[in-house]
Order: sequence, then C-alpha cells, then structure tokens
Amino acid sequence: GPLAQRRLMDVRLGELHVWVCSQHFSPQRLLAAAHRAWSSYCARYIHVKQGGPAGISMLLAGYCLLSYGWNYQHLSKPSLALLF
Amino acid sequence: VLHATRPLHTTQQSLAPVPPLPEKGGEVRHGLIPEEFFQFLYPKTGVTGPYMLGTGLLLYLLSKEIYVINHETVAAICIMSVIIYGIKKFGADVAAFADKLNEEKVATAQAMKNEALQTLQTAIEEEKKEQWRVEGRSYLFDAKRNNIAMLLEANYRERLLMVYNEVKKRLDYQVAMQNLKRQKEQDHMIQWVEKSVVQSITPQQQKESIAKCILDLKVLSKSAHATV
Repeated sequence: GPLAQRRLMDVRLGELHVWVCSQHFSPQRLLAAAHRAWSSYCARYIHVKQGGPAGISMLLAGYCLLSYGWNYQHLSKPSLALLF
Repeated sequence: VLHATRPLHTTQQSLAPVPPLPEKGGEVRHGLIPEEFFQFLYPKTGVTGPYMLGTGLLLYLLSKEIYVINHETVAAICIMSVIIYGIKKFGADVAAFADKLNEEKVATAQAMKNEALQTLQTAIEEEKKEQWRVEGRSYLFDAKRNNIAMLLEANYRERLLMVYNEVKKRLDYQVAMQNLKRQKEQDHMIQWVEKSVVQSITPQQQKESIAKCILDLKVLSKSAHATV
C-alpha cells in the first residue's frame, strides 16, 4: 500500500526518513504501539508452555545495554580504582 | 424484557474456553538473539553473516573504547560464567520440576471435572430408572386394592361368625331352660309318686309281701338244687 499507511516493519531502509516524517505521532498512538509490541513479545517468549532462559535473558540484556548507555559519560572517565 | 445496550452472543467467538498456550516459544540462538535475525541476514550473507557482524561489532566497540574494560568487566565475566554454568547444568531439572507442578494442577482440575461428569451421569441413569419404575404403578395399585378387599372380607366374616355365635348362645340358653324345666318336673313327679306309694304300703301288706317273697325264694332254691 501507500507509504504513509504501512507499518514500521514493512518499510524499507531507504524510505525510513520519509515514513517517519509522514507519520502523525500522538501519545495515544505511541502508547498503543508500545503496548502492542510488549504484548506480542510476551505472547511469543513468555506465555508459552515450555519457555527457556531466552524470555528473561533478552530483557536483562536489554537492561544491561540501556544502563551502560545511560552511564557511559561516567564510565568513560578514568576512575581511581584500577584493575589490579 | 431484557434491556441490553449491546447485542449478546451474536458472533461465534466467546471468551471461554480459553485457547491453550503454544507449546514452544520463539526460537532463540545462544539464549540471546532471536532466530529471525539470522534468517533476516541469511539471503545476503549466508550462514556466517551474523557471526561476522557480531565479531566486527565487538572489535569496533573495544577498539574505539565505546566499551571500556575495567573492574566491572571482570565481575561481569565471572557472574556470566557462573550463571551460564548453572543454567546448563540444572536447567533441565528445574524445567522438569515446573512441568510436574503444572501437570499436578491440571490433573486435579481434570479429576474434578471427570468426577462431576460421573456424578451427573449416575444421576441421569437414576432418573431413567425412576421413570421406568413409574410404569409399574398399576401393579402396585392392584396389589393395594387386593389387600384392602381381603381386609374387608376378613372383617365381614369375623362379624358374621360373631353374630352366629351370639344367636347360638341365646338359643342354647332357651333349650337348656326348657330341658331343665322338664327334668325338674319329671323328678318332682317321680318323687311324689314314690312317696305316695311308700305311704300307701300298710304294715299288713308289708308282712304279706315279705312272706310271699320267702316262699318264692324257697321254691326257687329248690328248683336250683334240682338243677345242680
């Protein structure tokens, strides 16, 4: 279909900036999109009969990356307590 | 009249029974990266593509010091190794234990359901039996009617016997009275006749009769001696 009405996953990389400009963002739509993404993640990796370590470990890895990103400024400064 | 603001039960879909959970979740390689990523890169880079991407990314981060190595790195490495060792060693057992717990819950629910079904089934059969028993009503009432008829008959005959006995007693009484009267009259008459006869015997007649008797006896004794 036309570019403005496609979902994010169906958009090619080259058309991404055009697509972002053509989307009219509103808190409700963003919230709904976030809710959809979270529930689809849960339904795929957590609410199954035989899930493995994958469901939680991906969340923990994401948390690790996010917290590293937030603390990068502090971590890149050389600190007094060295390795040995 | 039911006032409803929304139509009820118009579609096939209903909230119960809830569809069962899927058996296995999405495929994840090395516990962290979903399989879709590898499939996404397969057409362009083949099998080793994502691994090359990972290695290159790691080296870039390390060389550009975007990821600094400090004491936290060593701690992270130790913790990760322990966690991975634990999961690899005890993962299957823990999963089996959790599955067993789930199985028990499902089994108890199933047992309750089966029990409820069983009780309802027996109730249905009992009801059918009762309905069959109703057909025997006529026999029951015939038996009752026969019983009552017999009771009435027995009562009637008992009273008949009582009437007969009473009447017989009264008639016997009358007969006995008459017999008694007749007997008394007879006795009285006999006594009176005897008394008058005894009175009429004078002493003279008595002597004559005694002498006659003695003469008769002598004659008889003679004839008796003769025969012997």
